[in-house]
Amino acid sequence: MLTIKNLHVKLEDEDKQILKGVDLTVEAGRVHAIMGPNGSGKSTLSYVLSGRDGYEVTDGTALLEGEDLLAMEPEERAAAGLFLAFQYPVEIPGVGNMTFLRTALNAQRKLRGEDEISAGDFLKLVREKAKTLKIDAEMLKRPVNVGFSGGEKKRNEILQMAMLEPKMCILDETDSGLDVDAMKLVSDGVNALRDSGRGFLVITHYQRLLDHIKPDVVHIMADGRIVKTGGPELALEVEKNGYADILAEVA
Amino acid sequence: MAVVQTKQDLVESRIAALAMPEGKAWAKVARQDALARLRAMGLPHRRDEYWKYTDPTSLTQLAASRAALHDDSDETPVFAAIDRLRLVFVDGVFDPAQSDDPALAGVEIMRLTDAMAMDLHWARDYFGKLEAQGQSPVARPLAALNTAFATDGVVIRAIGVAEKPVSLIYLHRDPSSDAILHHVVRVESGASLTLLENGPAAARFNKVMEVSVADDGVFDHVRTQGRDHERRAVTHVFARLGARSQYKSFTLTANGVLTRNEHVITLTGGDASAHVAGAALGDGASGAFHHDDTVFITHDAERCESRQVFKKVLRNSAVGVFQGKILVKPGAQKTDGYQISQSLLLDDDSVFLAKPELEIYADDVSCSHGSTTGAIDETALFYLRARGVPRDVATDLLVLAFIDEAIAEIADARLAEDIRHRLELWLGRRRQG
Ligand SMILES: Nc1ncnc2c1ncn2[C@@H]1O[C@H](COP(=O)(O)OP(=O)(O)OP(=O)(O)O)[C@@H](O)[C@H]1O
Ligand SMILES: [Mg+2]
Repeated sequence: MLTIKNLHVKLEDEDKQILKGVDLTVEAGRVHAIMGPNGSGKSTLSYVLSGRDGYEVTDGTALLEGEDLLAMEPEERAAAGLFLAFQYPVEIPGVGNMTFLRTALNAQRKLRGEDEISAGDFLKLVREKAKTLKIDAEMLKRPVNVGFSGGEKKRNEILQMAMLEPKMCILDETDSGLDVDAMKLVSDGVNALRDSGRGFLVITHYQRLLDHIKPDVVHIMADGRIVKTGGPELALEVEKNGYADILAEVA
Repeated sequence: MAVVQTKQDLVESRIAALAMPEGKAWAKVARQDALARLRAMGLPHRRDEYWKYTDPTSLTQLAASRAALHDDSDETPVFAAIDRLRLVFVDGVFDPAQSDDPALAGVEIMRLTDAMAMDLHWARDYFGKLEAQGQSPVARPLAALNTAFATDGVVIRAIGVAEKPVSLIYLHRDPSSDAILHHVVRVESGASLTLLENGPAAARFNKVMEVSVADDGVFDHVRTQGRDHERRAVTHVFARLGARSQYKSFTLTANGVLTRNEHVITLTGGDASAHVAGAALGDGASGAFHHDDTVFITHDAERCESRQVFKKVLRNSAVGVFQGKILVKPGAQKTDGYQISQSLLLDDDSVFLAKPELEIYADDVSCSHGSTTGAIDETALFYLRARGVPRDVATDLLVLAFIDEAIAEIADARLAEDIRHRLELWLGRRRQG
């Protein structure tokens, strides 16, 4: 599904290398988790994959189902099936959540050469998905993320993911700011989307999320590289001992 | 001295080129008074403080500059779906054939020239009077010129709740038309009226509207200034508001080489409220774009509220100007005044010039003003694109969001929706090239 090879990324405006050779492959139907110390480059990886400005790829490749992600505009990547649940979802005053969802859904369909969704079908779909995430009608009417609590913003990200049905989902610390019940809701939302055709890359600091969204593979990222890869037990080890042992071992 | 002399020369040659329309004695007096005011003030000059950001030359010169006609057959006219009474002006001349019969429950409507041939007390009480009162503390010579020489217009008196909006439609058919229109609106105590205006009117358009709202009256004004790229317009609204009255005005402007919209509003009775809003979208690439909102709100009674919301979206060397003042007179306690002017610059070439002013002579008031200039929020743009929305569509969505605070000032939801829809159409068509 997602194949990243030797990815090197520096800041565009500064001589600062952030990703220093990332190799990572997420297969369809599998959930990969990335853990790693603050500042190790996890969010940078997610931004570079989704096409945010400000970064320069100096080496390496990233393919989505064989297509060169790095050559595409952000909207083309989305239409190709990539989705990033932001670590910090953006507030957009003046743009209603519903308008946003409908515009996004139709824009992706258009880019893929499909017909727009009818107003009725759209409403039905939003209501159904919002209900399972306990997002009420009032929240749907409000401007995108404006005045949402931290947890509401994260649930709103998952709502977008559920609506857009991407092939490759990257979740950047979607668990941060969630209370226990919201964590369950969000995890259920993600698990509902798990199927043989879809890949997940879950960035998190805590085992807690991985109790709900069981990963197949766990990676440890440090200083711009994947330094260790293992099974779910690796996350448990981090939870117990922190990163010191792992970093010492690979140093 | 040189400037004063130039201004005098200018005004005399301009006056010589105009003819004062006929009318009853009262009308003649009003016209002559206006002419005397104009002579005393002279025409505006770019060195006048009040015209510092906008060059009035093309508005004061003898003849109108040519303005190519804009083909707007590609869209249904704005307000088309709204049930309204239509009054059509072609190049500044009322056209009864294209207009509806001006009979409307709760409202009296008459052509200005007809009203001036009669002793219509309410027309006589306001014609030229509100304009004259609005000449101090700042001179507005082009409005005095209008009062003296306006060739057409309507007088409208709401005596009850108007059954439907009165809609003034301005058609531009002659590429060198030079139109001077003057309207008078009186909203009687407890009455209410919605006035709509749309269309480019003429190559050069000078319009004055005097609005008197009695105690407990409600006046709503929504207008769009047509898409003609080359037209020039100077408009003045002079409003006086009685106790507990409510006044709301919204203007949408797209295109136009030069537009200067002045609002001079005085709150004269307690607990009145005045909201003035405007949204302007300008692209200098399709000819020049210069848009000036000049607002002067005077609080002269207690517990009144005023609100100014102006938004401008500018690209390709477009220029936006905002001059807005709140004057709180002695004794106008508990005044609540708010003013915001904002521009969204879509490139580095466009300019926004803002001069917000507060002048307060009462001690128990709450007044605030703010002005910002900014670019598109890149973070929001990326968020939208990451969800599959192409850059140009995402930009337009953010443009609409930026403007929405001004549109939200429109009281009637259907009218607000019409304006929003119009903007979406314009932006959408622009994207398609
Ligand atoms: N636009 C930027 N300008 C300056 N520094 C940046 C920028 N983007 C990333 N960095 C730096 O790159 C490094 C990696 O940041 P990144 O956000 O990818 O870390 P992270 O692994 O997601 O951390 P966290 O766990 O705290 O979310 C950090 O040192 C960060 O300060
Ligand atoms: Mg991060």
